[in-house]
Amino acid sequence: MVVTTLSYARAIALALGEAMEADRRVFLLGEDVAHGGAYGATKGLLDRFGPERVRDTPISEAAIVGYSVGAALAGMRPVAEIMHMDFIACAMDQVVNQAAKVRYMSGGKAGAPLVIRTGSGGWLSAAAQHSQSLEAWFTHVPGIKVVTAGTPADVRSVLRAAIADEDPVLVIEPLSLYERQDEVPDVPGDYRLGAAEVKRHGSDATVVTWGAMVPRALEAAEELAAEGTQAEVVDLLSLRPWDRETVLASVERTNRVVVAHQAHRQGGFGAEVAATIAERAFDHLDAPVSRVGSLDVPVPFSPPLEEYVLPSAERIADAVRGLG
Amino acid sequence: MPASPQKLLRMYRTMVLIRQAEERLVRLFAEGRMPGFIHSYIGEEATAVGVCGALRSDDYLTSTHRGHGHILAKGGDPARFFAELYGKASGYCRGKGGSMHVTGLDLGILGANGIVGAGIPIAAGAALASRMQGADRVAVAFLGDGATDIGVFHEALNMASLWEVPAVFVCENNGYADFMAQSAHQKIERVSERAAAYSMPGVTVDGNDVEAVYDAATEAVERARGGGGPTLLECVTYRWRGHYEGDPQPYRTAAEVERWKRRDPLRIVEERLRAAGSLDSAARAAIWDDTTRVIDDAVAAAEAAPMPSPEEALEDVYAGAVEAGWS
Repeated sequence: MVVTTLSYARAIALALGEAMEADRRVFLLGEDVAHGGAYGATKGLLDRFGPERVRDTPISEAAIVGYSVGAALAGMRPVAEIMHMDFIACAMDQVVNQAAKVRYMSGGKAGAPLVIRTGSGGWLSAAAQHSQSLEAWFTHVPGIKVVTAGTPADVRSVLRAAIADEDPVLVIEPLSLYERQDEVPDVPGDYRLGAAEVKRHGSDATVVTWGAMVPRALEAAEELAAEGTQAEVVDLLSLRPWDRETVLASVERTNRVVVAHQAHRQGGFGAEVAATIAERAFDHLDAPVSRVGSLDVPVPFSPPLEEYVLPSAERIADAVRGLG
Repeated sequence: MPASPQKLLRMYRTMVLIRQAEERLVRLFAEGRMPGFIHSYIGEEATAVGVCGALRSDDYLTSTHRGHGHILAKGGDPARFFAELYGKASGYCRGKGGSMHVTGLDLGILGANGIVGAGIPIAAGAALASRMQGADRVAVAFLGDGATDIGVFHEALNMASLWEVPAVFVCENNGYADFMAQSAHQKIERVSERAAAYSMPGVTVDGNDVEAVYDAATEAVERARGGGGPTLLECVTYRWRGHYEGDPQPYRTAAEVERWKRRDPLRIVEERLRAAGSLDSAARAAIWDDTTRVIDDAVAAAEAAPMPSPEEALEDVYAGAVEAGWS
């Protein structure tokens, strides 16, 4: 298979271009998307598809999502960009009460197949209003799907699956990965929305993770391997729905598990994963489920403060060591 | 273009149908036959009917929590409408929406909404889609005076004007946002003034005069359809009942309500039809009898219809079939 090295941001643009090429109903809207996006994820698309399908919007998050809901109900496939996930707070009604509810409240007669792409997380020194990982707000809401990706190849296939989906999908793109280069196959992977992927096999412990923590979990696994501990890394990719079977099967093999995410531990999606493991695989556990996440304070601005608050490969490795 | 006598007569009949449906609902609700809450549309019939009279059947609309009139004016089937309000499986939303949320895509009804103002960008988005598809469908967002205070109203109108989407924003100014008189919730008297901020036409009409509403709506709809962009159309009307059924209404006087009842939208059109020789007593009685029968049948069918089975609660969350344990 031919592979190319691309940045995460270029892989997003590649997937968007592919989807727009394949389906006339797909169009983009968001702040500065026609200018390539604040982080370059829509670069080049205006030239290829024109201003009708690559629409700059005013700074109006609620309208961006609201117009997307209306356009989706009327047969289009809007892909909205919310520049930073923190800003989605301005659009919560449209995401939670409108997009996520319309199919149910219409008794299945209507559907809103829209995608909201949003940049998440820290390591940008952007302070507490531009650095949050808020996936748990949305995994709590039936009617919406929530996906993410930790590599350029994955974000391409996950985004394509999200655009093809008949339901509203929130695609969380860790901003700290945007510049990260990696191999992307010429032929996109056929991602089934909801599936997790085992990124590294191991028999001593399982690290369940997603998004920005995927490369860090792999780094931790590398470190642990040097000490003789083989960690298995399960990348959830999709948080709603999420692949319980893959996680449980891994835990049943390794008997130890760490759940690692960039979001705060309290009320984070890791709590759901941990609870499910406790309910369904308690007898397979040789140690309590351990969680790694951001410390329970807002994400700070100054680099040493931010570094201290956000989770790291080292903290994941320590958590695995702590399982005994 | 003014409404022809036949058109006016048809609009009158729809107004009567809505009035009868609403009066019946009020009674059924008071008898405890219906779950949830009811926000009565009585007194505002001319607005829904005048606006929907200017629409094609394939045009879109988004409705509000006080939306019964919009649904029936757009051609909603009274039987499925009542069934939904009863929470029955045969209702428009299989019993998952209820009074505040009737959706009928085949009629272009993209949903009524329990969140004030939320339907405004949704209608505008449908209007945008129509233009992108090369279609000429127009979208109407119904909203109340209270909704013009919420942020998304301003975001949506700004974007609609910028993109010249074929939308008409119809403000039913019934004088109250929940319990709050208009003068207490906004400094302006004419909601249509807000259009100036978005450089779109803002028009105020007597919302109790179905002909005036129809004329103004026709102009706005044709402008939108012809590529001339959106309009903010304010229809000044009045909510005869409380915010919800059971509202003790300490915030207004009975005299104020009576004053408005003297401007009954049904009587205004009736007098005009009589004066034009389009309606005599026999024809009037026939319309009231006929709509009474329609409502009788709809209520009887709704009452007889089965409730949904409890497991149906698990359906319609996503497009695909839901596996056991899926989350």
